[in-house]
Amino acid sequence: MKAFTQLTALVAPLDRANVDTDAIIPKQFLKSIRRAGFGPYLFDEWRYLDRGEPEMDCSNRPLNPDFVLNQPQYQGAQILLTRENFGCGSSREHAPWALEDYGFRAIIAPSFADIFFNNCFKNGVLPIVLSAELVESLFQEISAGYQLSIDLDAQTITTPSGRLIGFNVDENRRHRLLNGLDDIGLTLQQAEKIKAYETERAQRAPWLFKDA
Amino acid sequence: MAGKTLYDKLWDDHVVHREDDGSCLIYIDRQLLHEVTSPQAFDGLRMAGRQPWRVSRNLAVADHNVPTDHRDQGIADPVSRLQVETLDKNCAEFAITEFDMSDIRQGIVHVVGPEQGATLPGMTVVCGDSHTSTHGASAALAFGIGTSEVEHALATQCLVQKKAKNMLIKVNGQVGPGVTAKDIVLAIIGKIGTAGGTGYTIEFAGEAIRALSMEGRMTVCNMAIEAGARAGLVAVDDTTIDYYRGRPYAPQGDDWNMAVRYWQRLHSDSDAQFDKIVTLNAAEIKPQVTWGTSPEMVVAVDACVPDPEQEADPVKREGMQRALQYMGLQANQKITDIRVDRVFIGSCTNSRIEDLRQAAAVIEGHHKADSVKQVLIVPGSGLVKQQAEAEGLDKIFIAAGFEWREPGCSMCLAMNADRLEAGEHCASTSNRNFEGRQGYGGRTHLVSPAMAAAAAIAGHFVNVAELNPGASS
Repeated sequence: MKAFTQLTALVAPLDRANVDTDAIIPKQFLKSIRRAGFGPYLFDEWRYLDRGEPEMDCSNRPLNPDFVLNQPQYQGAQILLTRENFGCGSSREHAPWALEDYGFRAIIAPSFADIFFNNCFKNGVLPIVLSAELVESLFQEISAGYQLSIDLDAQTITTPSGRLIGFNVDENRRHRLLNGLDDIGLTLQQAEKIKAYETERAQRAPWLFKDA
Repeated sequence: MAGKTLYDKLWDDHVVHREDDGSCLIYIDRQLLHEVTSPQAFDGLRMAGRQPWRVSRNLAVADHNVPTDHRDQGIADPVSRLQVETLDKNCAEFAITEFDMSDIRQGIVHVVGPEQGATLPGMTVVCGDSHTSTHGASAALAFGIGTSEVEHALATQCLVQKKAKNMLIKVNGQVGPGVTAKDIVLAIIGKIGTAGGTGYTIEFAGEAIRALSMEGRMTVCNMAIEAGARAGLVAVDDTTIDYYRGRPYAPQGDDWNMAVRYWQRLHSDSDAQFDKIVTLNAAEIKPQVTWGTSPEMVVAVDACVPDPEQEADPVKREGMQRALQYMGLQANQKITDIRVDRVFIGSCTNSRIEDLRQAAAVIEGHHKADSVKQVLIVPGSGLVKQQAEAEGLDKIFIAAGFEWREPGCSMCLAMNADRLEAGEHCASTSNRNFEGRQGYGGRTHLVSPAMAAAAAIAGHFVNVAELNPGASS
């Protein structure tokens, strides 16, 4: 997994609440058995005026000029600013895959759906929770070329005017993301504890261990 | 010291290791796999040269992409076909039990798990699917995960998790005629909102929940995720234990007796502390219909489409306006004036035998309205289909002009060929009314099986409580 340490990048504002993972990446693209290549289909139904299909070449598709990611001033944005309950609905990890493949490395919102929030950390994407008031203030400030600087180690965001905003990420998740650690490798370091648990559990619930 | 909630008990029983920051390594008793969210997980295992930690704890079934008709012809869409074949190949390579498309036990993963007794009370259950919350109906701690965690659970039989907070939702009293488990859970979501349960595990309790069958409890827990909660729970009682007796994967003999003794402690202690308690009065719940593009946009069938101008919060108001535009509806329009083009009865929310019985009871002796283009009845599994046919339900549906299909996820998310055309209104027993969910430009109204069936006959929404006073949950 890609590590996340510091990022200074352009911000794109997606001013909608309850953005669901069906909107982030529609189901027809979930038929892919690969992990990469979802970026061109990110927000497909909002971003394009035609109907997207898997493996479609997007370079000539008609763009929806009203959609924020199609506006010239937000090209190259790596930070997404949005509203409450971002990533609700389906558990599809294709949603953070699509966001990451498009180029987003951080998402700022007042709240996230739990499964999506969790999935982001597995893919080097940092979801940042700020109060609704702070998020609103950032929406107010956004203008052409608006950049934020994010420092995960210090857990701070710096605005163009020099305002410092603190945020909070669980110690365990922060450590893993800062170092780009392999979760499975770390868990397997606890293999003896897992085996000891299984032995003890098999005493309490033997019916679960009959076929092993 | 205060007593424990059901969630506390399930959590404590599965902690392998606790980190200083409170995150825990949690043991996973059962992983269910399907074709959409597993291929990249198996690739990850192969790339790292890893094997499943305990292969027997995994059970796979293809459901999202499978066709619901002409099964003998296989899957026409080559991209869908490759995904299903990839699951077959991965299961063969890693020696994981799979119910393939020709197996009578094949069906929607969240119908198959309980039906087989593969998901049991007291288990931790995961699946790369948000509706894994369904299995909480049997007091299993069950939640949806992403593909990275599917790989993690395969490789280690564990997941790193932080404990959620405890919420109790009590539905007191008894529901009225025509009001089902689906109406109860839609009313709950309407009350607490789609983010109301975020960060919580919800335990559903109260007389109206206790009165539900296991199928009804599964419908309620299934949609816990639509209220933002990864997991929903219902305590064990005789209904739970009776349901699991004799299921193929359930314990037998002395093991059964021992398991039942263990399961009987799976309820919240009387002095348990919850972080949040929400109470509803069942008698006040009417049949529900969603009007918008989020499950919280829901009203009673005898109400009108809400007016965004009455909403004070500007973000919410804009969301409502956008939803009305997408749905092609007017503020203050009567719900019963909304005409339906298609009807879908199925999905992991409402495709079990009881759901089909409810639908059949409403329509027996009637025919679908001419204006309704299609009514799909998609049973949750091959065994549900078999049972329904044994009861003659298929004949009632076919006589009504409905289509009797093979099991799968079907038009709940339209990954297979079953889908809405742009602009069509659908009375659907599924769980999500998001934009484009059932097909590009499709307009979904979430309802109970009885309400969907009644809409198919009338051609528009009707109050089943008035139509058929005898029908109840």
